[in-house]
This record gives sequence, C-alpha cells and structure tokens, in this order.
Amino acid sequence: MNYIEHIGKYFIMLGQVFKKPLKGRIFREALFKEIEELGLKSLGIIMFISFFIGGVIALQTALNLDSAFIPRSLIGFAAKRSIILEFAPTFCSIILAGKVGSYITSSIGTMRVTEQIDALDVMGINSLNHLVLPKVIATVFFYPFLIILGMVLGIFGGWLAGVLSGLFSGVDYIAGLQSDFKPFLIVYALIKTLVFAFLIATVPSYHGYYVKGGSLAVGEASTQSVVWTTILIVIMNYLLTQMLLT
Amino acid sequence: MIEVKDLRKGFGDVEVLKGITTTFHPGKTSLIIGQSGAGKTVFLKSLIGLHIPESGTISFDGRINTNFSIEEKMQWRQEIGMVFQGGALFDSQTVEENVMFPLKMFTKQSQAEMLERVNFVLDRVNLENSNDKLPAELSGGMQKRVAIARAIVMNPKYLFCDEPNSGLDPQTATVIDNLIQEITDEYKITTVINTHDMNSVMEIGENILFLKDGKKEWEGSSDEMFKTDNEAVVGFVYSSNLFKKVREAYLKETN
Repeated sequence: MNYIEHIGKYFIMLGQVFKKPLKGRIFREALFKEIEELGLKSLGIIMFISFFIGGVIALQTALNLDSAFIPRSLIGFAAKRSIILEFAPTFCSIILAGKVGSYITSSIGTMRVTEQIDALDVMGINSLNHLVLPKVIATVFFYPFLIILGMVLGIFGGWLAGVLSGLFSGVDYIAGLQSDFKPFLIVYALIKTLVFAFLIATVPSYHGYYVKGGSLAVGEASTQSVVWTTILIVIMNYLLTQMLLT
Repeated sequence: MIEVKDLRKGFGDVEVLKGITTTFHPGKTSLIIGQSGAGKTVFLKSLIGLHIPESGTISFDGRINTNFSIEEKMQWRQEIGMVFQGGALFDSQTVEENVMFPLKMFTKQSQAEMLERVNFVLDRVNLENSNDKLPAELSGGMQKRVAIARAIVMNPKYLFCDEPNSGLDPQTATVIDNLIQEITDEYKITTVINTHDMNSVMEIGENILFLKDGKKEWEGSSDEMFKTDNEAVVGFVYSSNLFKKVREAYLKETN
C-alpha cells in the first residue's frame, strides 16, 4: 500500500471516529479510563523528565554564557523560551508518542488479532468510534495540562539547578523569566500541544486498528506507529512554527 | 431462517466463494465443514456481515441484509450472536462486564435487571460464581462458555460459531457442543457452526454443509453423511481409521 492510500484510509478512519457515541454513559466511562491510562499514568515520566531537562537547559546556558558583557538574567530568559517554545510541547509530545503511542497500537492491535474488534462490529457497534474517540478526547483535553505542568517543572528545575550549583543567582534567573514575557508564546505552545495530542491518539490507533497477522505484526505496528507519530510531530512542529511565529 | 442464494465473494483476483446456495433452519444446528482454504471462514464472515458479498443474497427471515437501512442493520445486528474461535472476550473486562456489555449498549435496563439477565445466562452455561474473574483467569473451555453466554444474552434469533471446539479437550468439546445444541433447541435459534471437529459433526450435525474450493459440494444430515458416496465427503470425513470403522459399523447395522 502506498502513502497516498494510507493517508486516504487514515482520513476515512477519522470519519468513522467522529460520530455520535451509541451510549453516552459507556462513552463517559471509557473517557475517564483513557484519561487515567493515557494522561494520569504519564504524569510521572513528564514531571521527572521536565524537571531534570529544565535543570540541564539552565546549566548549559549558564556554562555557555560566560562573558561579562552578557547579563546573567539571560539564562532565565533563554531557559524560559527554550522550555515554553520547544521542550515542553515538542519534546514531551515525542516522549508521549513513544510511551502512549506504543500502548495505543498494541492494545488496539491485540484487540484486532484476537477478534475483539470483529466482536464489536458483529454486535453493531462502531468499533472505531467506541475505541478511538475516547482516546482522542482524553489526549486533546488532558495533554495541555500535562504540558503546562512540564513547563512549570522545567522552569523550576532550571532555577533549582542554578541555585544549587552556584552558577547563577535565583534573583537573576527570575528576572530573566519576567523579561519580555509574551503570553502568545504560551498560546502557541498549547496550539502545538493540541495538534500533537491529536496525532498521538489517532496515528497509533490507525496502525493498531488495521494491523494484520499475529503478535509479531502487532509489535511491528507499534514500532511503526511511534516512528510515524514522531515524524508527523516534527513536520507539524515546523509548519505550525512557520504559520504562527513568522 | 437464513436463505443464501448464489453467494460469491473474492479478494483481488482470487474468487473464494463461487456461488453458494443453501438454507439454515431455525431450531436446527447447521455445520459448515471442509478443508482449510475451502472458504468456510469467508462464508461465515459473509453471513454475519463482516464481508460484503460481490453478488448473491443472504436473507434473514425474508430480509436481505445488503438492503437494510442503518436502523434495520442495527436491529439485525442485535438479533445475531457470535462465538469467535478464540472467544474474543474483552481482556480488560470481567466475565460479568463482558456478558453485560451488549445489554449496556443496546437496552435501557436497570443495573439490577441487567445483572439478573447476566446471572441467568451464566447459570445457563454452567458458569456460576465466575462473575468477577478476568478472561485471562479462565480455562479455554470456560472462556468459550462466557463467549456463548455473551452471544445469547440478547436472545438472538441467529447464532454463529467459528470453530467453537478448537483448542479444547474432547470432553470439554462435547460439553460445548451439547450446550450449543441445547440452546438452539430451547430458544429455536438458527445456529450455524463452522468446524473441523468430526466429533461435532457426528454429535450435533442436523444439517451439514460441505464446502470444497468455494462451492457447496454436499449437504445433508449426519445420518446421510454415513451413507453418502460423494468421494470428497468420504475422503474428508472418513480420513481417520476410527471414523472409517464407525461408518462401516453404522452401515452394517442399518443394512
């Protein structure tokens, strides 16, 4: 199957996903379950990585800005910009594409190869709507909170790294955070997050839903889904940056 | 009653079903047999609407399934029970949740009413006190029984089973066979079973459809199967010495 066919099939899949759920109560139950699986269970890794990467960004910036002519507040400014613009929305999304994407593909793919999806179809249930829509809503609504948390912890990690290492003072760092603060950059980061969250839910679902074969095929589909989700995140990151910031 | 007329289905250039015509009657257990690749699974999946036939018709009590409106299709789906080869139970749900799932989806019953119905069907398949177990905690035979319970919980008019005995020991396989036949008889369901198991054929085969290369090669009851001279049927069914001897004994007794 060529790329054009995959793209067409992906959009046909989306057409089936975005239909009214058969039973609101079942949909709500599935949605809360997916928020727990895809969102809450990712909190730990996002908090951990954001905190330490924030620290590293601040340290690297401090180590590379050793000129007496450059104000130390620039460290806080650079760390803030790096974390809000790229690290939190893009890097965290790529991490989530690996963690959540492989989970989505393997869970839906296993349902496919064990005929659980056929069972849903035979019952007259729109299996794509039933399985994928709660995942899309869960990621699109929850990931912005996750990414904001990543931003906050990254910036805090940077402050703590500076204070503990003595490379810069907390006052300078906070002054850098406050200088030239543009709220639109947060909006830009959140727009990117929404697009990435949508990709993280739908691309792995596509790979899992249309898998053919057995457990080996599910494993291959999981790998493929992570690769393609990452590629699409990187491409969309470039396009959105060009559209929103230039 | 399910009437199939000149059903044809292919994939790409390969024609899998080459014009099958047959009838499945209510209250009777019909079995589809044939060698691997004969088209049994494609035929069964066409009957339940997972494959769209290229030509021919399948009518359910006079209603042709390809002509259904969305509402009629939804209604028809609820009249179908399906037992998949591996059970196809939802891994993340308990036995009770699996069996209750169609009720939750398609009825407006209260939780107490649904639970009563679930316990009734679980009791019917001899699976009491397993409500809270997950599918992974059950044996193969128990999983099949849960799958049967889920298939009959909505009181289906048509029951389809794909290899219900695969992977089961002979004793458990007989239990499953008898259970399907009892349910078919009790609720006057039109039951169609796709099987490789010759014990099932002999035990519960009220109507047997033998497929060969995508065509109907032979059709009849298990008694008629003992008497047939059709070479393909004889070669397939009586390929083992045990069944050859059973057939010889039967023919000697009846002549």
